[in-house]
Amino acid sequence: MSAAPPSSLPRWADVVVLPAANLLAAFILSGLVVVAIGENPFQAMSILVTGAFGNAESIGYTLYYATNFVFTGLAVAIAFHAGLFNIGGEGQAYIGGLGVGLACLWLGGLLPAPIMVPVAILTGAAFGAAWATVPAYLQAYRGSHIVITTIMFNFIAASVMTYLMVNVLIKPGQQSPESHEFAAAATLPRLHEMAESFGLEMATSPLNLAFVWALLCAGWYHLFLWRTRWGYEIRAVGANETAAIYAGISPARITILVMAISGALAGFVALNELMGVHYRIILNFTGGYGFVGIAVALIGRNRALGICLASLLFGALYQGGSELSLDMPTVTRELVVVIQGLVILFCGALENVFRGRIAQLFRRLTPAAA
Amino acid sequence: MDTLLVLVSIIDATLRVATPLVLAALGGLYAERSGVVDIGLEGKMLGAAFAAAAVAAVSGSALLGLVAGVAVSVALALVHAYASVTHNGNQVVSGMAINIMVAGLAPTLGVAWFRQGGQTPQLAGDARFTPIDLPFARALESVPVVGQLYSEIISGHNLIVYIAAAAVPFSAWLVFRTRFGLRLRAVGENPHAVDTAGVSVADMRYRAMVLCGVLCGIAGAYLSTAHSAAFVRDMTAGKGYLALAALIFGKWKPWPTLTACLLFAFTDAVQVRLQGVPLPLVGVIPVQFIQAIPYILTVLLLAGFVGKAAAPRASGIPFVKDR
Repeated sequence: MSAAPPSSLPRWADVVVLPAANLLAAFILSGLVVVAIGENPFQAMSILVTGAFGNAESIGYTLYYATNFVFTGLAVAIAFHAGLFNIGGEGQAYIGGLGVGLACLWLGGLLPAPIMVPVAILTGAAFGAAWATVPAYLQAYRGSHIVITTIMFNFIAASVMTYLMVNVLIKPGQQSPESHEFAAAATLPRLHEMAESFGLEMATSPLNLAFVWALLCAGWYHLFLWRTRWGYEIRAVGANETAAIYAGISPARITILVMAISGALAGFVALNELMGVHYRIILNFTGGYGFVGIAVALIGRNRALGICLASLLFGALYQGGSELSLDMPTVTRELVVVIQGLVILFCGALENVFRGRIAQLFRRLTPAAA
Repeated sequence: MDTLLVLVSIIDATLRVATPLVLAALGGLYAERSGVVDIGLEGKMLGAAFAAAAVAAVSGSALLGLVAGVAVSVALALVHAYASVTHNGNQVVSGMAINIMVAGLAPTLGVAWFRQGGQTPQLAGDARFTPIDLPFARALESVPVVGQLYSEIISGHNLIVYIAAAAVPFSAWLVFRTRFGLRLRAVGENPHAVDTAGVSVADMRYRAMVLCGVLCGIAGAYLSTAHSAAFVRDMTAGKGYLALAALIFGKWKPWPTLTACLLFAFTDAVQVRLQGVPLPLVGVIPVQFIQAIPYILTVLLLAGFVGKAAAPRASGIPFVKDR
């Protein structure tokens, strides 16, 4: 799939109007689901919005969720640019967490935080990248389909992690499979604690330094894709593989490069979850964030800014959704998963449904251009 | 005698686990043979499992539940067809969207309608598919070995197990011995040729998706109204992906796909038995490793390390008619 399909729409309409129309359709259907369970969709919407942005604390939670989605969204998007669909973000984040966790457990007591944190970032990236490189290699040199292989690797990652957690990493003498707690040097400070040390007031939330790292990654992503030779090569392969080969670009090499970067980005979820919140390795800390990345990349049109905004939207949905499930007992957090699925359906698979109609509308409105 | 009993119970468990895999994998076979990649088997099964259990719980009839399950699954298959055939959308994205949407929708509606934390009420009596005794099963029970095998392994399953068993030869006949099957395979290999011959590519793909929906629907109904007695959250637990793996492992052919399903189900049945039992030479094999075997095998197969799997050539590629 190419990143930016040719379209008769003006660029701003392609980037703003089309995603908005698709989102609207997804939200209307979600509203119907709320009606089907016997609640008022407008009331639900207002609880959701207040729950996500109502006060400083809820905004902190929203941004904390959004941090995960920036990482997984960038991971899916960069692979999209090379024409690859990486469904394995979930597994890559999980194995990335193994890398982060092992580094924190082994070196946390030895290294000071300014060295420990970069080391953890590197090991997380390396583990995530390694887990993504195997399917990439198999696609590039053995011809196996990356979608199927990454799906299988999600399951294999889950098995590997369950085995390691239950048999190796579990803290002795405890029932639930959790590792030892990380040393203080191997944790990321919460932003409200950092603000306090500068004498500023900030609401308590799990929002931590990983949020800043996510924004840095988004900035890097933009520069890398549009300002470097590698970025150009990635986009060239995604746009037209045959032309790229004639330009002297090796699609096999690019496949491996882009998947390694994708896996590394997905692995950063562990920074936010393990080093920022749980301070230990736990089972299933990825909680479906890898799949949300697909929706985020699709709405964000694979652009850095778009992905940040889409992450904010999904962060708000997750945070607002949990508030909603508290306020409306018949509504569960899974409603957010429904919305997520509908968003992927409309923004990803059915985007052509509205494209034609909107293009028609534009032609009618601007006859001079035709 | 004891080993025979163990063997019988393992084979019995294998058949029970294999049933939904076989049905879903055959569903995927029709879709992919027609050129539509369907990773939404999981979602269709889950949706059908919920609908079947919900309707069976309310109406008290397992058959009505089955009908509802098939209806929901076919509806989801048509959504997938609408996105990927009519609008040339990305088929992987569409399948993924359906999986995620259903994973959210089933517990959402379940909690609201039944107020049991996303489960449906326990089914009993006619609301479930119960074991069927084949003729003479009771009479032959006392005959050693042959009679026992007949009465324990072949007889005494529920209706859907027999449907799954019949679906394999039926599919093999339909795909390889009929005009419909020829067109189905052609449309997945070279849609332009089929189009030139005057057969509608979209029409064939829609039909294939309906068949896929029906089979996934039966598979889903099996999970909640035959294998278990209620719908529980995420009850498909990756079986749709496992079916996909079996389909690839079976090289998109019905009989080999059945073999793959039986193999995967057998590892599952053995895995339950082997938990914590040390084996000679290797000691205790971790459960997680055995659970991962089907996925590892599929990866190895796709990479060409264990045989070679070639998908239908046009699968996953939207058909755009030449002008």
